[in-house]
Amino acid sequence: MPSLKDLRSRISSVKSTKKITSAMKMVAASRLRKAQEAAESSRPFAERMDRMLGTLAGSVAGLPGAPKLLAGTGSTQRHLIVVVSSNRGLCGGLNSNIARNARALIRELQADGKDVRILCVGRKVRDILKRDHHKLIVDTFEDWGRRTVTYAEAEPVAQRVLDMFEGDEFDVCTVIYNRFRSAISQIPTRQQLIPFPVPESANDNEAGDGEAKAIYEFEPSEEEILADLLPLNVKTQIFRAMTENYASEQGARMTAMDNATRNAGEMIDDLTLQYNRTRQAMITKELIEIISGAEAL
Amino acid sequence: MAETTEFELVSPDRLLISEPVEMVVVPGVEGDFGVLPRHAPMLSTVRPGVIDIHEGGKVRTRLFVAGGFAEVTEERCTVLAEEAFDLEGVSGEKARERLQSARDDLAEADDEFAKGRAAKAVGVAEALVAAVGG
Repeated sequence: MPSLKDLRSRISSVKSTKKITSAMKMVAASRLRKAQEAAESSRPFAERMDRMLGTLAGSVAGLPGAPKLLAGTGSTQRHLIVVVSSNRGLCGGLNSNIARNARALIRELQADGKDVRILCVGRKVRDILKRDHHKLIVDTFEDWGRRTVTYAEAEPVAQRVLDMFEGDEFDVCTVIYNRFRSAISQIPTRQQLIPFPVPESANDNEAGDGEAKAIYEFEPSEEEILADLLPLNVKTQIFRAMTENYASEQGARMTAMDNATRNAGEMIDDLTLQYNRTRQAMITKELIEIISGAEAL
Repeated sequence: MAETTEFELVSPDRLLISEPVEMVVVPGVEGDFGVLPRHAPMLSTVRPGVIDIHEGGKVRTRLFVAGGFAEVTEERCTVLAEEAFDLEGVSGEKARERLQSARDDLAEADDEFAKGRAAKAVGVAEALVAAVGG
């Protein structure tokens, strides 16, 4: 049976924890709104980019001399996985979900006898993956997303990926991130970056509406536009993965902290009840002692 | 109101403009081109420069883009720009400051990648200075 003093100190410690978690929840909630807006407003660009690439890719794919970013290196032996996670913890299962997803992909690829390397974006996932796949990690980017994710912060990551591709260090690049659906639901998503997957819908559209069938003029040539557009696409996709993941992080943190606050509240109630009972029991005991002492006289 | 074409200007972090316009002039790499309704479909690379939105024979809005891509079809014109903003509210002084700091960066750049980037930034800043007429 804990003493009254123990109970009192436990109650006060849980109370201060509750204050912290509820403050974190508020902060996450206010950042979530901004992050969500950012994630949503980065979508139009990516969508239009896809549309343009679809148009271009349709006319260039299959031609000899198509850019490597589109056609691939002709091999799928070496894989690079870009894993996007948060830099900070206390956001529920977000990072472990991503890490689990990444590990599953690594195992799959290794079972097929492929070479795998990892590029970590965000500190948390590196800490998790380091245990099993220390040797595979090429580099980690952790200096981003303090307040929001900016396009400039995505650039070095993209540049690194493109440099490695230029340097013939991998054949296929996949990015794994948490896609933001709502504050309580984030979906670990895999997306192939290199070679650019020509969307099926691009071909469907051509059959469907007359507009896409139109023959485009290119200025300068298709190849030159593609040579510029493809790296830009890699950049925007990475930027998008980072903004989505950041919004997911804030959402997950808000939910996790909301739960923690609620749990702390329940714990305080339980402890207070126990405290009051113990106090009552002590008073009763003292009274009994006094009365039985008086009767004995 | 004359016939219009749907003009969209998108940067990675937001959709800047999406509205019907009478004519828009886009700075393509191989020269400026005007887009009117029912323009032939084309794709072009855009150099750093100014996009003019014309209305009633006059320039209504001037927007600066730091390079990107334009897609034109019969009923719309979409410009994807890495950076874009309204020229109104940008002073010549600000533009020159930017050019100066871009040049400083270029002078300090030590590796190949940083140099390429800085050179590009200088190009963009030069175009901006030219655009504000400084």
